[in-house]
Amino acid sequence: MELIEAIILAVLAASTPLLIAATGELVTERSGVLNLGVEGMMIVGAACGFAGAWLTGSIFIGALFGIVAGTLMSLVFALMALGLAVNQVATGLALTILGVGLSGLIGAGFVGERITPAAHLYIPGLTDIPLIGRVLFGEDAFVYFSLALVAGIWWFLYRTRPGLILRACGDNHVSAHALGYPVLRIRTFAVMFGGACAGLAGAYLPLAYTPFFIPGMTAGRGWIALALVVFSSWRPGRLVVGAYLFGAVTILQLHAQGWGVGIPSQLMSALPYLATVIVLVLLSRARTGGSTAPAALGTVFVPDR
Amino acid sequence: MQLVLEKRAERSNTIALISPLIAIGLTIVTMVILFAILGKNPLLALHAYFIAPLTDSYSLQEIAVKATPLVMIAIGLSLCYLANAWNIGAEGQFLIGAVAGSWIAVKTQGTDAGVWALPAMLVLAAAAGALYALIPAICKVKFGASEILTSLMLVYVADLFLDYLVRGPWRDPHGFNFPTTAEFDPVATVPLLIEGGRLHLGSIIALLVVAGAAILLGRTIKGFEIRVVGAAPRAARFGGFNSNQLIILTFAVSGALAGLAGIIEVAGPVGHLQPGISPGYGFTAIIVAFLGRLNPLGILIAGLFLALTFIGGEQAQIAMKIPLDVTKVFQGILLFYVLACDSLILYRFKLVFPNRQVARGTH
Repeated sequence: MELIEAIILAVLAASTPLLIAATGELVTERSGVLNLGVEGMMIVGAACGFAGAWLTGSIFIGALFGIVAGTLMSLVFALMALGLAVNQVATGLALTILGVGLSGLIGAGFVGERITPAAHLYIPGLTDIPLIGRVLFGEDAFVYFSLALVAGIWWFLYRTRPGLILRACGDNHVSAHALGYPVLRIRTFAVMFGGACAGLAGAYLPLAYTPFFIPGMTAGRGWIALALVVFSSWRPGRLVVGAYLFGAVTILQLHAQGWGVGIPSQLMSALPYLATVIVLVLLSRARTGGSTAPAALGTVFVPDR
Repeated sequence: MQLVLEKRAERSNTIALISPLIAIGLTIVTMVILFAILGKNPLLALHAYFIAPLTDSYSLQEIAVKATPLVMIAIGLSLCYLANAWNIGAEGQFLIGAVAGSWIAVKTQGTDAGVWALPAMLVLAAAAGALYALIPAICKVKFGASEILTSLMLVYVADLFLDYLVRGPWRDPHGFNFPTTAEFDPVATVPLLIEGGRLHLGSIIALLVVAGAAILLGRTIKGFEIRVVGAAPRAARFGGFNSNQLIILTFAVSGALAGLAGIIEVAGPVGHLQPGISPGYGFTAIIVAFLGRLNPLGILIAGLFLALTFIGGEQAQIAMKIPLDVTKVFQGILLFYVLACDSLILYRFKLVFPNRQVARGTH
């Protein structure tokens, strides 16, 4: 019983950064912009988030630092890809390369330091319920926030007018422009939202997942978040399922290593990445009939005047 | 009043020529600011980065050694990018090539394998790199899976596979438990060009690759197809060019070159297989490809320049305690400026005044 509870808790913790980053990228991509720099924004968010929490002693301020850092990184991307109409794939790669270097510089002074990780909710009585108590009522604030975030984004995209306009930009920027919507401004906001989420997701790692910073600690999670957006067919609901599935694979491989199943630990560590490839192939194959991706995804838009 | 982009009637050849230079200039200005923020003397730092490595023979050879994998990988990537196929997993193909070639070196250790060992290693490494690159290419062509994500995921897999081999079956029994294979036999080592120096045969191979790519792109139908499919996909379809076939081809070639670069690095400067054989060559090569404007000769120059930053970064770390991450920041910023300047080949800035724009609203 206790083991099952521990595994569920670990899966939730491993899934949360994926879910937050992927939700941000989903909004970005729904506006028609492919920002491949999620990994770079996340890793800078991790370094800045840890720096903020270590300097102020507050997890909340650390998270804010992560959000601001991710947003600033995404603004660089917006300036290039939207302002200068540069190829989005290349710009996203540049953002990741820059982010890895920057986070190393920022985080260098904090390697080896520890902080008190984010507190977990405790409601006497409820949290003590066996099996489900800690899972439902004993998480850190990030976990609840990530779920609220997805719900909020679902509501925004499908139930509000601005959400409809954002999706219109992603599906046909020429029509949206002709209707008088400021396509580039809307996309800039969408990119910034993606950056804020990636920064927060990165900050989650040293603030709640492990209470210290190590260079390269995102370990490809930003790329997995990108794959999750494809997995979800650009729908927030499926994102939750996908993120928890991937979190489960991550935790499964850790436990399998602990049980000493006789499989090389490196093979188990490779599982999340192999799973991503397999899932991408299966899903892309399943929808050969017609793509569900935003029609204008990744295409350059320069308004004619 | 507003600053907007406007498409040029035709691409500006002047800017195409000088844009990499502008980008390097802007990057250096940014670096001066960064050095000042870090509290280092910017002039001394720039000297350590860009001048000091050019002043002694050892460093000059070392630049050629570092440029070798960068140029070879970037040439392959440039073919992919020209054909609009996004291989960003060259790092993984590099590692798999290194592993495949090392297999022969490890298995023939101490058996006096003869002169065939090294050629066999090179061929096997290229084949393995090509096969590894074909995984994302086939996933793309057959199933429509994003080659960007699949090729990148396979980098992590290759890294873990190499780690498993050198910690497990291939570990040097006399290596004090370090995760490394034994030093390769002399017959399984890339020969040096200068006795006692650093420069090795791989640099010659890299030059041959550059020449080969220049001929392919400039003088053959295949090269023309690659460029058309990337630049004008619709025209390519009408011309009957098979873009799927070109994705497979360019991925295979770039994988083979990355794999070849991998074994040359391992059997050359490193001398044995171990984790961390690449300081991110596969990713830096992306910058080299763009800085070189996806042109073979340009890539050769860009490769030497980025190799200079690797060596300069090491020297700046030793001499001035500047963190090695500064080199990565430098490379990232450089790529940004290159891309931004490239944008000005196709577009120009224009000031518009909103009220006049309304007057011309029928446009």
